Amino acid sequence: MTEKTDPILIKGASLLGERTADVLVVDGVVAEIGTPDAAGARVVDADGLVLLPGLVDLHTHLREPGREDAETILTGSRAAAVGGYTAVLAMANTNPVTDTAEAAERVLDLGRQAGLVDVQPVGAVTKGLAGEELAEIGLMARSRAAVRVFSDDGRCVHNARVMRRALEYVKAFGGVVSQHAQDPDLAGPASCCHEGELSGRLGLPGWPGVAEEVIVARDVMLARHTGSRVHVAHASTAGTVEVLRWAKAQGIAVTAEVTPHHLLLTTDLLAGYDPTFKVNPPLRPAEDVEALRGALADGTIDAVATDHAPHARHDKEHAFVDAAFGMLGLETALGVVATVMVESGRMGWGDLARVMSTRPAQIAGLADHGRPLAVGEPAHLTLVDPAAAVVVDRDSSVSLSRNNPWHGRSLSAAVHATLLRGVPTVLEGKLA
Amino acid sequence: MKKHLLSVDDLTTDDVHTLFTTAAEMHDVQRRQVKKLPALRGRTVINMFFEDSTRTRSSFEIAGKWLSADTINITGKGSSASKGESLRDTVLTVASMGVDALVVRHGASGACQQVAQWIDAVVINAGDGTHEHPTQALLDAYTLTRRLGTLEGKHVVIVGDLTHSRVFRSNVACLTMLGAEVTVVAPPTLMPSGVDAWSASAGFATTYDLDEVIDKADAVMMLRVQRERMSGGFFPTGREYTVGYGLTRDRLARLGPDVPICHPGPMNRGLEIAADAADAVQSAILEQVSAGVAIRMSVLYHLLAGEGAV
Repeated sequence: MTEKTDPILIKGASLLGERTADVLVVDGVVAEIGTPDAAGARVVDADGLVLLPGLVDLHTHLREPGREDAETILTGSRAAAVGGYTAVLAMANTNPVTDTAEAAERVLDLGRQAGLVDVQPVGAVTKGLAGEELAEIGLMARSRAAVRVFSDDGRCVHNARVMRRALEYVKAFGGVVSQHAQDPDLAGPASCCHEGELSGRLGLPGWPGVAEEVIVARDVMLARHTGSRVHVAHASTAGTVEVLRWAKAQGIAVTAEVTPHHLLLTTDLLAGYDPTFKVNPPLRPAEDVEALRGALADGTIDAVATDHAPHARHDKEHAFVDAAFGMLGLETALGVVATVMVESGRMGWGDLARVMSTRPAQIAGLADHGRPLAVGEPAHLTLVDPAAAVVVDRDSSVSLSRNNPWHGRSLSAAVHATLLRGVPTVLEGKLA
Repeated sequence: MKKHLLSVDDLTTDDVHTLFTTAAEMHDVQRRQVKKLPALRGRTVINMFFEDSTRTRSSFEIAGKWLSADTINITGKGSSASKGESLRDTVLTVASMGVDALVVRHGASGACQQVAQWIDAVVINAGDGTHEHPTQALLDAYTLTRRLGTLEGKHVVIVGDLTHSRVFRSNVACLTMLGAEVTVVAPPTLMPSGVDAWSASAGFATTYDLDEVIDKADAVMMLRVQRERMSGGFFPTGREYTVGYGLTRDRLARLGPDVPICHPGPMNRGLEIAADAADAVQSAILEQVSAGVAIRMSVLYHLLAGEGAV
């Protein structure tokens, strides 16, 4: 994969916030770390900045094909690059669904054309996300897209027989099933508010934490039974954390992600019925948020994933229960995690790199991403200004959509530059 | 008074008393042969009902007409989403015709609050999903105040499908604001989520046992129970519901003769309320309907004509 690229010298960066060095990038790889002699290299002044491996998002909705008015693979790639990402996994719930090799290769190719991040398609678990028959999982795995992560995200694979077969089937090629854990009998399609006092007062259909927890509990048992690997998408409750902690202690091959919004935003934001805050699973109370932060810090939750879910404005301008689920996340994820976890002292930058790059890359089977900052490694790099105080402005987003729950909030770090295979995609916080 | 009436929480105790005073005057108008007042002449009130309604819609319509407003009804079933138009576009379209007030009934909780953010006209909530129905609460409290003299210290028992009831939500807020002690009764499956924390902070009581509280009631309010709740597993049969939570003949006999019986309608006679109770001398059900017009006249008057004498 090595291609000729102009040499770049990243000068004075703090590697993972641990030691300061100059990093020379040549032909897409890290050529030297220390005090390299780099005459003729383009210099990126990184004094005061933190250097991380390029971020990897396990959970992105790019909306193409089908809803190119909300986002395209190109515009979503821009948002990802601005957010410090060098790889994103594009969820399968497009129209048509990514449930064939051809559909997966098309996403891969459109991602390459955009050329801003590696866009790795997620394959559907079941045909048309209908939850009944397995999609062509094996053909997607054997395709040029080499799909390894399968998910019906947006819907739960709720039939235990289908979930069992999917888990067994992906073992043949080291795949993983990423489960949207939502028992549809306990939280139906109208469920949109964490079930509790607020949903009772607001009269909104409740989405109880137990609807997630029973599926996570079942799935870890299925993973144990099948000897396969399951990944819990957007874990949102303290109960899920308890199940994960138990399952990991048993040695069950389960991994989990949490979204930035579930790490910071709470259910009380729904009091004004603003559909900007409508997301699935719903925002939870502060106790759940605290449990998720603790689980991320101690490794019970492996990764942060955005669940970036762009929507055209009019799809959010319905009554709350009728409005679309989802919120933007790619451009703000790093700032949120830095604010919540690093600034608070609960995690270091190295830990942030683990949960936003290393572990997501391992879970997704992306061998080139999430690598150590070391000589010879692919130069997927993200430079962060840890002292930036940014007030999020939804109108400055490079996403096509504006359903931004972070608008007006202050975040305490910002992406300064992103390099994909040694080529800057973002410099000075702007698309290069 | 605030610009809109979206929730009982928009009102102060003084606002409620003001509304009651005006409603009493309006109530007298109802008994006149010529019922028209000129107060809202030239003003346009649109009743936008996205959900079926007979009594609330006609009540608002009559109230508007008796105040000389031009009232128009627009009905549309189903969510705007299913029609492919956003709710915002639907209401902006109507509001652009130049209306002074929109009376909105919608099947989705919070819809009226959203509408109020999008348009300049006054918005009156005529029932939003399972959230609130403030004019119903006002007319209930007004009816009970006339019957009982005051609500201060009176014990009001509300029975029925609380989970799915906007009437309960508005009533518990309004009645406690006026000093009543409120106990709400339902089987556990029809209690709203988080009711323990809610009742503790809002100052009302809850019980699963109607017989424990019915002897101590100064007023009872029976809520409609939809038969389709049985398929949702909320309770097994109508018969079982009636035995546990219906205002049966036996329970009627235990009520004092001066204890008003309220029901917001439409009633399921034989399910939540026995015919004998609905038609009892102490029943306030038809008074509620007539008070509804007076209360809605009062609300329209205060929100559209501003403060001052009628």
